[in-house]
Amino acid sequence: MIAALGLLVGIVLGLIFRPDVPVGLELYLPIAVVAALDAVFGGLRAYLDGIFDDKVFVVSFLSNVLIAAGIVYLGDKLGVGGQLSTGVIVVLGIRIFSNLAAIRRHLFHA
Amino acid sequence: MPDHTRRPASTSTATSTATSTETAAVAGRRRLWRAFTRPQRGQVVVAVLLAAVGFAAVTQLRTTEADSSYAGLREQDLIDVLSGLAGTTQRTQAELRRLQDTRDDLQSDTQKRQAALTEASTQVDNLKIIAGLVPVTGPGIRIRIEEKTAEVNVDSFIDLIQELRTVGAEAIQINGEVRVVAQSYFEQAAGGLVVDGEVLEPPYVVEAIGDPDNLDAAVTFLHGPQYELENDGAAVVVTKATSLRITAVAAAE
Repeated sequence: MIAALGLLVGIVLGLIFRPDVPVGLELYLPIAVVAALDAVFGGLRAYLDGIFDDKVFVVSFLSNVLIAAGIVYLGDKLGVGGQLSTGVIVVLGIRIFSNLAAIRRHLFHA
Repeated sequence: MPDHTRRPASTSTATSTATSTETAAVAGRRRLWRAFTRPQRGQVVVAVLLAAVGFAAVTQLRTTEADSSYAGLREQDLIDVLSGLAGTTQRTQAELRRLQDTRDDLQSDTQKRQAALTEASTQVDNLKIIAGLVPVTGPGIRIRIEEKTAEVNVDSFIDLIQELRTVGAEAIQINGEVRVVAQSYFEQAAGGLVVDGEVLEPPYVVEAIGDPDNLDAAVTFLHGPQYELENDGAAVVVTKATSLRITAVAAAE
């Protein structure tokens, strides 16, 4: 309940404050959001499996975001930022799909 | 993670797996429901992180929607866009040149056709005048021949017509009835002349279009047609006109 409220509050805050993305972060925010989504779905799946742990969730969330952004940053420095961010998105996308499949089986038995 | 695909409970070994999956799924749903109805303090951390995700996602969505410029693109992407545009420009310019060439070709073609057409229609007009098919207006002379003492000799008359033609009479008509053309013929007849089958009676009025001075000179020179006709016993009056209208037309073949 509190978690859902937190999500709602975040969305509302984003809509109210309409912050501008700093230029330096413009390339990394989308990747970070996708990575965070991956962590969230992973956490939800773990919760449904009964193996959810706060600490693991926080750590995996932060490390997911940092590693995804870091890989893209490194790629930009190496001159392959576009390709690497595509790669990261693909990997995270696959993980999100498999997590969602597990969640779906839990919720709908299908 | 183990695959939770449900299998048909047909065999005894599969039955236990299916049942455990079933209970696990139910337990998961129940846990989720409990988390919703009886929130615990541990959820606060999750809530904070989810708030961060929501905030970031909304921000990113808005940025993506608002940002139609190239500000967020990488250097390589910008170079790609630029070279793409350059290629498009080149192709478009080549197309433009090709179309312009085609247009110029067509225009010069049209002009040539137009010129040929004008030429042809001028020629048609000239030929029509020469063939005597159309009425003509222009400067010229009028020659009035009145028989006084004797009939006009057809030879003198033909001499008159030939002299007019020699100095460039463009159109000649007699008595406003007969147009003299290349194949016209003259014949002596009782009480007059037959020109192209028409009987003409005196007084004869010959109208010719051309330079009035030249035509006048061609008629009145010493021992010329005027002299011949007067010798035959006729009175000849030559008048120059700035505008004559020749209405008689020769029948088209």
